[in-house]
Amino acid sequence: MQSNTQQQIPNSKFLIPYCLHLADTTLILSHRNSEWCGHGPILEQDIALTNIALDLLGQARNFYQYAAMLMGVEFDEDKLAYLREPNEFKNHLIAEHPNSDWAVTILRQFYFSCYQYYFYSELKNSNDEQLAAIATKALKEVTYHLRWSTEWVVRLGDGTEESNTKMQNAVEFLKDYVIEFFVMSDYETELLKDAVSIDVKAIQGKWQQKVNDVFEEATLNFVPSPNSRFGGKDGEHSEHLVSLLEEMQSLQRTYPNSVW
Amino acid sequence: MEINFEALFLSKIDKEIKIEPKDWMPEKYRQTNIRQISQHAHSEIVGMLPEGAWITRAPSLKRKAILLAKVQDEAGHGLYLYSAAETLNISRDEMTEQLLTGKAKYSSIFNYPSLTWADMGAIGWLVDGAAILNQVMLCRTSYGPYARAMVRICKEESFHQRQGFEILLVLSQGTEEQKAMCQDAINRWWWPSLMMFGPTDSESTNSDQSMKWKIKRKTNDELRQQFVDMAVQQIKVLNMTLPDADLKWNEERKHHDFGAINWDEFWQVVKGNGPCNKERLDARNKAWNDGAWVREAAVAYAEKKKKREQIKVA
Repeated sequence: MQSNTQQQIPNSKFLIPYCLHLADTTLILSHRNSEWCGHGPILEQDIALTNIALDLLGQARNFYQYAAMLMGVEFDEDKLAYLREPNEFKNHLIAEHPNSDWAVTILRQFYFSCYQYYFYSELKNSNDEQLAAIATKALKEVTYHLRWSTEWVVRLGDGTEESNTKMQNAVEFLKDYVIEFFVMSDYETELLKDAVSIDVKAIQGKWQQKVNDVFEEATLNFVPSPNSRFGGKDGEHSEHLVSLLEEMQSLQRTYPNSVW
Repeated sequence: MEINFEALFLSKIDKEIKIEPKDWMPEKYRQTNIRQISQHAHSEIVGMLPEGAWITRAPSLKRKAILLAKVQDEAGHGLYLYSAAETLNISRDEMTEQLLTGKAKYSSIFNYPSLTWADMGAIGWLVDGAAILNQVMLCRTSYGPYARAMVRICKEESFHQRQGFEILLVLSQGTEEQKAMCQDAINRWWWPSLMMFGPTDSESTNSDQSMKWKIKRKTNDELRQQFVDMAVQQIKVLNMTLPDADLKWNEERKHHDFGAINWDEFWQVVKGNGPCNKERLDARNKAWNDGAWVREAAVAYAEKKKKREQIKVA
């Protein structure tokens, strides 16, 4: 999708893909978490994860609405979510990964919430008022997500032998997907010059420290990856995103130009 | 002097004083409430499945957010209701076990498939609409914890019904395909919704005693009639039709007459032979079995933590 009004707003050439990246990542992870709704291991935790899915969806909508505003009147949040192709999506690869089991779901949420916590803590000081406002609101939600997922990582890591094995397998399973959090895309690098975006490289240390602390309590071992996967932020995705979007976008694609 | 517990119980019922968990109550009253409250809780939980299946396919982000919140509310209703039933000396695990083995029932309506997006509208409008009539009555039920749970639930349910009706309203004003989708969903959900009120009064085995004990305050047929009269008005706003050729105003009764309900179908679904009985129970069993290690880990961790704290204190 090309915008006609990119020239009118300073930075919009980079700000639009940045907003889309932030929106896509939160939408896709919300989608994955929402797949658990009605199928969780404990009713209370079913509710908790659905709540996180709702918060992430709310964040996604804020970023899409902002992107749509920058792109012009012919765009809206639904066009951006439902009518873009997989290679136009800029989400982190970790978000599109299938849920696998509860251990992978919990660990991914913990990694992601931990990343979001430090990310929004910086973005709330962005020179872009809109981004700063969204980050400030989202940080409150993410603080809870981080607490909830931390508690579960500890509980499952230090629970039974079986749960510890499952969590350690989850660490192995997700190890290739964490470094992407801390790799700058070109649009982020450009926006950083004006202090609109944040330097994601700079939050890696805090993220790793928090993960190490929680893992110590959870009796888990962090495994570094020799083969990290990148590219999601620039539209290079796995087959998983293709099938996810086929499902998510099915009604909008089958009945174009309808109001729902 | 010996206290006559039963007379005391009945006089409370008479005076509209709520029965509370520690009060004396007839064993049958306790059992009836357990059966009814747990069935109600199970219905909320199983009811998450047909709607939950459309969260990932909701056609707009706004609809997705509303549906997510709605299905989450249902999980919350399940929680309140399980807690209310637990006050009658039955554990949540025991109730879950009864659901998973098929011993306990849940509302048969959830054994019908949700095939299109319009079903999210029809479920909200008709299924939640039928449920509300029952639940409004239950806000005044004689068992205190159940009545209080219902007050909270009713507030959220009326939002559910509105969002369902609004989905249908938008479809009914949309493209030809959307209108057809809307009518099709109404056609499929109408009769099963009428069945939700249960067997006709002359066939209802539990009704009499429940009315005397003020667990129920209206009969199945009274509630069903109220629902039909309401739906006849609302369908006009949608400019759709209800799939019943015999539906017409009866001036004498001041109510709408409606066609014969297919009770064979009703009993078949109750007995487990509905279109989705197996899928629904399989899904609940799978969630429960796949989650066993998570629940075990949570218990194990809590015990370890408690021990560590005891050592610290010592």
